[in-house]
Amino acid sequence: MTIHTFKPDLPPPTISIGALGWLRANLFSSWINTLLTLVGLYLLWLIVPPVLEWAIFKADWTGETRADCSREGACWVFIQTRFGQFMYGFYPTELRWRVDAAAWLAIIGAAPLFLRQMPHKLRYGLGYLLVYPLLAYWLLHGGFFGLQTVPTSQWGGLMLTVVIAAVGIAGALPLGILLALGRRSDMPAIRVLCVTFIEFWRGVPLITVLFMSSVMLPLFLPEGMNLDKLLRAMLMVVFFEAAYIAEVVRGGLQAIPKGQYEAAAAMGLGYWRSTLLVILPQALKLVIPGIVNTFIALFKDTSLVIIIGLFDFLNSIKRATADPAWLGMSTEGYVFAALVYWMFCFGMSRYSMRLERKLDTGHKR
Amino acid sequence: MIRVKSTLAVLGAASLLGISGLVQAGATLDAVQKKGFVQCGISDGLPGFSFADAKGNYQGIDVDVCRAVAAAVFGDAGKVKYSPLTAKERFTALQSGEVDVLSRNTTWTSSRDAAMGLNFTGVTYYDGQGFLVNKELGVGSAKELDGATVCIQAGTTTELNLSDYFRSNSLKYTPITYDTSDESAKSLESGRCDVLTSDQSQLYAQRIKLANPDQYVVLPEVISKEPLGPAVRQGDEEWFDIVRWSLFAMLNAEELGITSANVEDMAKSTKNPDVARLLGAEGEYGKDLKLPKDWAVQIVKQVGNYGEIFDRNVGAGSELKIERGLNALWNNGGLQYAPPVR
Repeated sequence: MTIHTFKPDLPPPTISIGALGWLRANLFSSWINTLLTLVGLYLLWLIVPPVLEWAIFKADWTGETRADCSREGACWVFIQTRFGQFMYGFYPTELRWRVDAAAWLAIIGAAPLFLRQMPHKLRYGLGYLLVYPLLAYWLLHGGFFGLQTVPTSQWGGLMLTVVIAAVGIAGALPLGILLALGRRSDMPAIRVLCVTFIEFWRGVPLITVLFMSSVMLPLFLPEGMNLDKLLRAMLMVVFFEAAYIAEVVRGGLQAIPKGQYEAAAAMGLGYWRSTLLVILPQALKLVIPGIVNTFIALFKDTSLVIIIGLFDFLNSIKRATADPAWLGMSTEGYVFAALVYWMFCFGMSRYSMRLERKLDTGHKR
Repeated sequence: MIRVKSTLAVLGAASLLGISGLVQAGATLDAVQKKGFVQCGISDGLPGFSFADAKGNYQGIDVDVCRAVAAAVFGDAGKVKYSPLTAKERFTALQSGEVDVLSRNTTWTSSRDAAMGLNFTGVTYYDGQGFLVNKELGVGSAKELDGATVCIQAGTTTELNLSDYFRSNSLKYTPITYDTSDESAKSLESGRCDVLTSDQSQLYAQRIKLANPDQYVVLPEVISKEPLGPAVRQGDEEWFDIVRWSLFAMLNAEELGITSANVEDMAKSTKNPDVARLLGAEGEYGKDLKLPKDWAVQIVKQVGNYGEIFDRNVGAGSELKIERGLNALWNNGGLQYAPPVR
């Protein structure tokens, strides 16, 4: 008689769901991955606790002077007492509401553009782009309609960084698109002009351009005629970035198959209408990552105005570290600067990803 | 290539024209009086010399020189507008007329005085390059620094002076160059270099940045001469005199014991003819300079005498606590000396 014996149970399948499964699949899938994970954990253990200790646990958060800081950890008091200067520069304290107002107007004004069901979005957007800069100029600079003038020499801090970046972006994008179209034009004069412009501005470093604008230009201008330093810097940033945008957009234009041009022509559309209605919408969508990339670079490049003595966000921090009452606070200052720059750039990059998803019409693989 | 060259030639010619055709005597004072303020070029942040405090007011020795000029011209030390300038753009700013006075810790050298189209009006601070070392090193003199690792800031004359000094004393050293003073201070602290070299006035500021300032000492040797002073455009002698005598007035005031506290009493009741002449109680010495009669009174009252300025910005009354040293008055063992008002 044969005795029925069960075969031994098979081991359970490895867990492939839940936290354990995720760990196994992603961190410990092979010996080399396991090794990398362990090394990574060791590095984190080396870096994170001291950083947290310095930045949070041993840091001093309250006080008024340098003496209130124990200096064992970070001294955030420095950031606190100088916060106004980091944000507004030397903008008169009692007029800072104007900067705030301009910022809020920008946010509130732009908000409807992000709503999905918004009638007349294009018209509203164009109107906003036309009206807001005037409004912002009035609020920030003043000088008419009852607002006191605040000369640009008093602008500074994060406000100045954002102003330069915003003007740079708003100016460079349209100019860059025109340059890209011009470079592909059949008319030789326009083409040569655009190519020259692009190659000139792309061929020189921004720092040199800014330096020229501040050191050489004043010597050529007649005595007494002082073009505003900030205006000079903004113009240079716009020209410089426009050249880069132009090349990015040209990449998009070249990706559009010839059939699209021919189809548009067959529909009876002229140059401008086929460009505006058929070509550009497709081309721009393709190059969103490139454009946003350029804008993020632009935002960070604004800190180069340091060499022409404009006090943008980073330079305001640098200036504050030269105050004998607060010597030795440069680490705190630069860490704060890094955080703020990262917030802005990360925000831009998230927005671009959202935009790509929204405009995605099947090019994605 | 030819086109590039010719463009450069045009640029060069234009810049020369721009510099030479600018000033004529008396023009600056007229322009300053017309616009109602002195445009003053200062540094973009140097402890003790020009920096912004938490309220956003500029302070420092260089700033006070500008305020003194404004006090002399307008009787109001507040009528100054400041242009923070980087080291590279400072001379152009002065040459192109963007600023009226350049008061930006600028060393007075022959080439700058002669070839750059500017004139130095005097010395506000006698500086010199020195060394900051860790006490643990047990070094008492720069001559014992053979084989040391030295932190310097790149691209400054400091680098050149250092190599000259070590070469002439046949000492060996390893330089580590940094871009900013913060980096070199951190480097000294972490022991990456044994010595930090910079202008002495800045070594005291560097020392405060360190976690344990008492652990470090400034060596007695000074290896270069760095007389810092305000500069004006060449060719306008009248304006040159005003800036020069604004500084002299502060020096004379200290020598004669006039301070911001007692200047008004002194002006009324003095029996000392030197004081009377300086403060306008006797003679018309302000008029010679095309300044109001009470020009020196206003300077001392609103800005202070030289000693007060030194004390407040870099001396015992400040965080830097620099000793007077070379900047003491001539009758006190220093170099500061002003011609008399007579």
